Amino acid sequence: MSDRQQTLAKVLELIAPFNKKGVTVGEATRFAQDLEWDSLTVLDFVATIEDEFDVLISMNMQAEIETVGQLIDALEKLKA
Amino acid sequence: MSDLFSKFDPIIAQRSALLESGLTDPFNLVMERVESPTVAICNGQRTILLGTYNYMGMTFDPDVIAAGKQALDEFGSGTTGSRVLNGTYRGHRECEAALMDFYAMDHAMVFSTGYQANLGVISTIAGKEDYVVLDIDSHASIYDGCALGNAQIVPFRHNDIEALEKRLKRIPDGAGKLVVLEGVYSMMGDVAPLKEMVAVAKANGAMVLVDEAHSMGFIGDNGRGVAEAQGVIDDVDFIIGTFSKSVGTVGGFCVSNHPKFEILRLVCRPYVFTASLPPSVVATAATSIRKLMGSADKRAHLWANSKRLHAGLKALGFKLGTDQPQSAIIAVLMPDLETGAAMWEALLHEGLYVNLARPPATPAGMTLLRCSLCALHSEEQVGEILGMFAAAGRATGCIS
Repeated sequence: MSDRQQTLAKVLELIAPFNKKGVTVGEATRFAQDLEWDSLTVLDFVATIEDEFDVLISMNMQAEIETVGQLIDALEKLKA
Repeated sequence: MSDLFSKFDPIIAQRSALLESGLTDPFNLVMERVESPTVAICNGQRTILLGTYNYMGMTFDPDVIAAGKQALDEFGSGTTGSRVLNGTYRGHRECEAALMDFYAMDHAMVFSTGYQANLGVISTIAGKEDYVVLDIDSHASIYDGCALGNAQIVPFRHNDIEALEKRLKRIPDGAGKLVVLEGVYSMMGDVAPLKEMVAVAKANGAMVLVDEAHSMGFIGDNGRGVAEAQGVIDDVDFIIGTFSKSVGTVGGFCVSNHPKFEILRLVCRPYVFTASLPPSVVATAATSIRKLMGSADKRAHLWANSKRLHAGLKALGFKLGTDQPQSAIIAVLMPDLETGAAMWEALLHEGLYVNLARPPATPAGMTLLRCSLCALHSEEQVGEILGMFAAAGRATGCIS
């Protein structure tokens, strides 16, 4: 598996406990519209991601991240 | 027709649905007469005020009123100018001197509102490359200050010390860091663990700003707020406060011991590009602040009121925002907006005004009936208030 695929696999695993609606998740899945997460869920999910990858994702960056794929891109950049 | 207002359609629909059910508009109440800090006439009816933030009851203090009248006579109705041009009168300086004495700090800067104090200080000191680490439940003025300054916003879960520390440690080396906290959070009325949080912020090289809007005059031996009560006021770089709560008028301020603090007067846009407070307002504020220094008896009575109302509401079966009373705010949790609005209206009919608070102002999408006590609420009034909650709660089915 490439680095990106590993990141994707990990992110999908971390999304699962927050995926209360049982939505099928892929790179095109949107956090707000498809997963229907509220601000508190986003806060907790971001904290989980930050802890796992040891990165900081500011609200300014979050505003640019709408889909799972965009999150993977951002994480790849942050880890580099 | 679709235009720039189309984005408001959902809230317009929600509002009309609520009003069509025949409820009084909770966001359009008019006080026809105000008799005292605790009583007003609304819709022709005598109404006890339990949602005003007028914690210390200074709005009708005879010395405060006299100072305002004298300033109106001697200095006129307004300054018509910015603090840095023609808008600094003797009264503005005296008001800042009163704040320096109240907080025992070297510098004080008065803004036209509390909102502008947060907006101005945060946006000016935290720029694009800097990080502001803040509690997720922070007031809108704090978020707006971050946005105006283009700072990197890093929120952490409400009152979570470990979450704050983790985020501070991940900020890139060399970046500027500001931790923003509130003494009392105004929606639930709970207090921040400032002792631990300020220590964590300092250990990680961050400056600390604490908004003490809802604690001034009441919490701490000298009424300086939660930072004083928890013994960390000397480690706080900036305290933000307001005149529109315990002080009993309008305006905002920042106090600090930072040696370069005064430069903010020239570089802070929400301070420079707006008119200063009218002379009567700064005169009432200065008089009130000086009187608040020696108000230990009133503070004790306010605590007694808060404890009694909290215990009484709990005994009636209401769900409250905190297990114990932590401030002069007691939040009564409502199951949804419809029930909250019905309960709010039932209380108004009983003769009691509280705040109906709802998203986005509230955390986690909650609807709250927010009660804020006053040091001038008498024991009899607190008894009356509990009776009204009992009647309205039963009428709306909130309690059995």
